[in-house]
Amino acid sequence: MTSTNTVEEIVSQPYKYGFVTEIETEKIPKGLNQDVIRLISTKKNEPEFLLKFRLRAYEQWLKMKEPDWSGLTYSKVDYQDLVYYAAPKQDIKKKSLDEVDPKLLETFDKLGIPLSEQKRLSNVAVDAVFDSVSIATTYKEKLAEHGVIFCSISEAISEYPDLIEKYMGTVVPINDNFFAALNSAVFSDGSFVYIPKGVECPMELSSYFRINSGDTGQFERTLIIAEESSSVSYLEGCTAPMFDTNTLHAAVVELIALDKASIKYSTVQNWYAGNEEGVGGIYNFVTKRGECRGKKSKISWSQVETGSAITWKYPSCVLQGDNSIGEFYSIALTNNFQEADTGTKMIHIGKNTKSKIVSKGISAGHSKNSYRGLVSISPNAEGSRNYSQCDSMLIGDKASANTYPYIQSKQPQSNIEHEASTCRISEDQLFYLQSRGIDFEESVSMLISGFCSDVFNELPMEFASEADKLLALKLEGSVG
Amino acid sequence: MISSNSEIILSIEGLHASVEDQEILHGVNLLVREGEIHAIMGRNGSGKSTLSKVIAGHPSYKVLSGSIQFNGTNILDLAPEERARIGIFLGFQYPVEIPGVSNLEFLRVATNSRRKQLLKTELDTFEFEDLVKERLKIVEMDAAFLERSVNEGFSGGEKKRNEILQMALLEPVISILDETDSGLDIDALRIVASGINRLSQPNSATILITHYQRLLNEITPDFVHIMADGKIIKTGNKELAIDLEKSGYDFIDKNIKDKEMAK
Repeated sequence: MTSTNTVEEIVSQPYKYGFVTEIETEKIPKGLNQDVIRLISTKKNEPEFLLKFRLRAYEQWLKMKEPDWSGLTYSKVDYQDLVYYAAPKQDIKKKSLDEVDPKLLETFDKLGIPLSEQKRLSNVAVDAVFDSVSIATTYKEKLAEHGVIFCSISEAISEYPDLIEKYMGTVVPINDNFFAALNSAVFSDGSFVYIPKGVECPMELSSYFRINSGDTGQFERTLIIAEESSSVSYLEGCTAPMFDTNTLHAAVVELIALDKASIKYSTVQNWYAGNEEGVGGIYNFVTKRGECRGKKSKISWSQVETGSAITWKYPSCVLQGDNSIGEFYSIALTNNFQEADTGTKMIHIGKNTKSKIVSKGISAGHSKNSYRGLVSISPNAEGSRNYSQCDSMLIGDKASANTYPYIQSKQPQSNIEHEASTCRISEDQLFYLQSRGIDFEESVSMLISGFCSDVFNELPMEFASEADKLLALKLEGSVG
Repeated sequence: MISSNSEIILSIEGLHASVEDQEILHGVNLLVREGEIHAIMGRNGSGKSTLSKVIAGHPSYKVLSGSIQFNGTNILDLAPEERARIGIFLGFQYPVEIPGVSNLEFLRVATNSRRKQLLKTELDTFEFEDLVKERLKIVEMDAAFLERSVNEGFSGGEKKRNEILQMALLEPVISILDETDSGLDIDALRIVASGINRLSQPNSATILITHYQRLLNEITPDFVHIMADGKIIKTGNKELAIDLEKSGYDFIDKNIKDKEMAK
């Protein structure tokens, strides 16, 4: 997350996170059934309620069908051909970083996420997840001084079972959708955040997800609870090695904001996207939802989606509390044969709730990029307002962009505004920049950054420049 | 007065060029030496703007035949950015707006690309701010312009001043200013003209493309060329611009007719 890499370094390596860490891994056999779920639960030493939660989800999942309404085209996943639990061989989570396998620390070093005491980022606490397990969380003690809990979800399950039992599955029910049900049955690890009443989290929290094994599904689960009048900013980053097979990533993220609490959740998603012919890459089928349960609470999603072969995600806000606010800022960039179907749902239930959607889709190569969003205003949501802006930029003549805004209003005293635009990179703008000595590629990336600036402004500072470089890198060679 | 043995900066010979398969330039010849100011006048559609875009290398314009040499080398194969870096500057008639791109950052990247070519050190954000604040005075612009997106929401006059600011930063060898005077009120015209005058150097040259004499009251050209139908049909000194102002462009029509009669 530091911006120490020079642009040249980045540009010279199309996907520099594509390496595999050679490490002894403990995997359970392929396939999914009740026994596999019991095995996962036993391995993680889980309380009975959680095993029941998993088994209920599995029952539901068996009755569900994989959704096909998105229009995404991908070869179907064989759910019996996946490994549902893979972990680097070491004893259950280490108490201290010194005990973590150096190879793992090295891996995260290479990814630009140093974990060791001397090198770690000074103002960001990191939970590092490798395949199915969290290997380390930094700054736990410092955060604990403020009453903030930041740990892996596995640890939270054993240390804070009451919080887990009270909140998990309450925002995204186990039968919410096919992939959420699957996740609820087999989730392996992820992050847990609890911010107590009145606490402003003293540093940025961040999770870094790394898929290493080729045949392992990654099913992480994140739960963030912000008590009354608290606030937190959380970042999430993801990478994976280059395999020519597809890997499934089906995460569930639940956010809960109580009275006057505020949660800002930012993602830079850079999973392996497949090669130039569209072979390989991650299937990113994710359910992210936040509930503004309290009055005047606020949940803000920002995402920069550049990776994955297929992206299917709609980070949403349920605005229950009166005067609560939901925001969604998104940049989705697709290149080569990538497909993205992404957007948000803003469900207005409380009075005077407000939501804002700013979506920027950029499609290059043969890719397909769709914005799909729902704004729903319930009969009680008097005085609610939504503003949506969806802009698409096409690069080349083989890419496509679509916008599917769904608007349902049952409340006449509400106000919904929707603006949409589609553009190409304008030749005149390009020529203007070039005629000032700025080369073609840089001119293009300047125009794209400009196109995305509304969203960049919402990202945490260090993150924004990283995201900007990422966009430039992803478009390398796709223009002209 | 310019001596005819000054170095030649720009030499255009027999230039034919088209846009969208339509030939616009039908054989332009032009020679520009160090220290000279040239004015190119003519009606709308006479090919003035096309000429400027062809020199700068706009990709929509195709050169059919003829040559353009800059400091003795052919530039027709150079990309627009390469032409800019060696010192060719085009001041646009209608500068485009680029939403979301900070004017300051744009100016810095542009300036550094030229400095790199000149083997000067590139400037970091702080160093550049010092430079740009000094150059802002030339066009009497407020530093607030730097914080905005490139040309976005600028008035006509502000856009033109931003062009001259770019010229001041890039220190070009030859500046081609396409109707820089159009849409300017008297005060803005004076600011822009004095900026151009201050920036002209003995080893650089300027081509002013204009409709009207009024810019030439502020900047005295060494040569005035009249363009019609894709060619330079008459070349003279500043008196020619004054004649043109008096008798209007009908005078050109008459000129063309006379030539045809002579055939």
